[in-house]
Amino acid sequence: MSKMTVKKQEKMSKMHRAALAPYSVWSFLFILVPLIFIGYYAFTDDNFVFTTENIVRFFTATSTVTAENGTTSEVHTYLLIFMRSLKLAVISTVICLAMGYPIAYIISRASPKVQKTTITLLMIPMWMNFLIRTYAWMTILQDTGILNSALGALGLGTVHIIGTESAVVIGMVYDYLPYMIMPIYSILAKLDHRLVEAARDLGCSGFSVLRRVIFPLSLPGVISGITMVLIPSISTFYISQKLGNGKFYLIGDAIEGQYIANNLHFAAAIAFILMVILLACMAIMRYFTNKRVYGGV
Amino acid sequence: MATNTNKLIQLKNITKSFEDGQVVLDDISLDIYDNEFITLLGPSGCGKTTMLRLIGGFEEPNVGDIIFMGERINDVPPHKRNVNTVFQRYALFPHLNVFENIAFPLREKHVPKDEIDRKVNEMLELVALKGFEKRNVLRLSGGQQQRVAIARALISRPKVLLLDEPLAALDLKLRKDMQQELKKIQKATGITFVFVTHDQEEALSMSDTVVVISEGRIQQIGTPIDIYNEPENAFVADFIGESNIVDGVMLDDYQVSFSGHVFKCVDKGFGKKEQVDVVVRPEDVDIVSKENGMLQGVVTSVTFMGVHYEIIVDINGFKWMIQTTDFVDVNENIGLYIEPDAIHIMKKSEYSGMFGDYSSFSNELDELSDAESEPEE
Repeated sequence: MSKMTVKKQEKMSKMHRAALAPYSVWSFLFILVPLIFIGYYAFTDDNFVFTTENIVRFFTATSTVTAENGTTSEVHTYLLIFMRSLKLAVISTVICLAMGYPIAYIISRASPKVQKTTITLLMIPMWMNFLIRTYAWMTILQDTGILNSALGALGLGTVHIIGTESAVVIGMVYDYLPYMIMPIYSILAKLDHRLVEAARDLGCSGFSVLRRVIFPLSLPGVISGITMVLIPSISTFYISQKLGNGKFYLIGDAIEGQYIANNLHFAAAIAFILMVILLACMAIMRYFTNKRVYGGV
Repeated sequence: MATNTNKLIQLKNITKSFEDGQVVLDDISLDIYDNEFITLLGPSGCGKTTMLRLIGGFEEPNVGDIIFMGERINDVPPHKRNVNTVFQRYALFPHLNVFENIAFPLREKHVPKDEIDRKVNEMLELVALKGFEKRNVLRLSGGQQQRVAIARALISRPKVLLLDEPLAALDLKLRKDMQQELKKIQKATGITFVFVTHDQEEALSMSDTVVVISEGRIQQIGTPIDIYNEPENAFVADFIGESNIVDGVMLDDYQVSFSGHVFKCVDKGFGKKEQVDVVVRPEDVDIVSKENGMLQGVVTSVTFMGVHYEIIVDINGFKWMIQTTDFVDVNENIGLYIEPDAIHIMKKSEYSGMFGDYSSFSNELDELSDAESEPEE
């Protein structure tokens, strides 16, 4: 390589670094610093003295719950809340995957024009504030809401949904479905069609092609879809309050509640524990996909 | 040579046009015999890949029938045809290793595990890839990927193997080796190979039968020697090797006049005074002194090609190409001598006058146009 090009390259990389600077500063200030603060608050008490008390409290705090038949029992408050969040998040994620994969597949097989239009239609609701979208679902699902009016008009009776776990799941699926569809779609759209032809040539029927070639090759998309739905739905807080009528206190609500009650250190501790658990889940998922799909994501 | 006369595949009056109305294949009829190495040869966009896709089951003809072992298979889907394909750029499954790629068709049929092991090992041996079982297919070289694709297509022992420009992505040396190897594999397995290429040298050196296609129509079907020595029209003569193609008049049986001279030839059966195309291959022309020549001309360019010189000679304004080991100089006046059996007479066709004049010839241009002829989709 000549001296000229080396110099040119140095200049280019300097320019690249300069162009990256605003983003680096932004990431540092608004991603890294808050994370450090969460860690710092989680392991300190009100006088900013080191303590593991907040962490321990998450695992040991108990409370008494009264069941509908009047019996009472002692439970680990935050573990119970965490498990409830996890359950609802997993249910939502599974539903998103079951709905999102076929949708992504169908879109990816459509003509380029139809693909563009459908993707835009999918994105449009995401431009609206998520509080407004949740409110919209309240008016749909209420006992006197749009859904029940429609069912009543059709003579099908009414259903009670608002304030149940189903309502919370409906809200989460609605909010996070595009996050499942997009990564799967983007992988399927790029899938080399000759591989499909090769599979058919080698004896695969339609379903077999999907099971043996298309699905395994789209796994990276499925994994990022799962990650992008599971993580926000596990830590969601507003949907449960509005659509669950506050009956299903989730881990996100717990963080918000502690924060509002000015228990900043305990709120940070819950957030910290949640983060560690989610990172561990992601690492495990990534390990398995890399093992299965050469080249990884 | 294919000694077997058992027709394996028959294409009967096939016409295929795409949605935009473009006619890709125009009334094609072709018989493919058992145990034959047949090559579909033609320039990009001539329809040869479409013919392959029709046999493979990826396209359906608009008109005509595809007969496979006596049965009409027009609407039989690819996975139910006893035909496998080696795709352009191989189409190996990137999520599977070498072993699993080759075992892919057997797993579909739920073949017992020990049988899969045995058959895959046989295939690995056939394509010389022993020890590569666990390799990631994306980390293999082009030639190795090629071998995996062949093994994968052969493992179910199809009656026919379709090869869609399989060597196009390999470099020259590897390509020559693979040509030999493909020929060997075809002989060893006895499977009919239908090979698509735009490379005439490849077609001549590998095939039992060559089918020359242009603009969706078959121009000629024959052995490589027939195709080279007895081209049916100016297109075939020009596409296969180098040719000087000049206008001539048949005076009588075995007598033809062109370039202002009457020549003896070995062709007969044309009408008296019939206008014909005359083909003379550049290597069949002898250079003699000006006085002893049947034709006289001026050398306009000389290119050293290693084994021979390629010289362009201007004869009455028509530029001839001559390949010779004798050195001549530019601007030299020379005579040309042509033996009767070096002259091949063709009937006039729609391609007459389009090919065979070297007035705009340059090696550079030739290479440029070669580079442009990318394999078709």
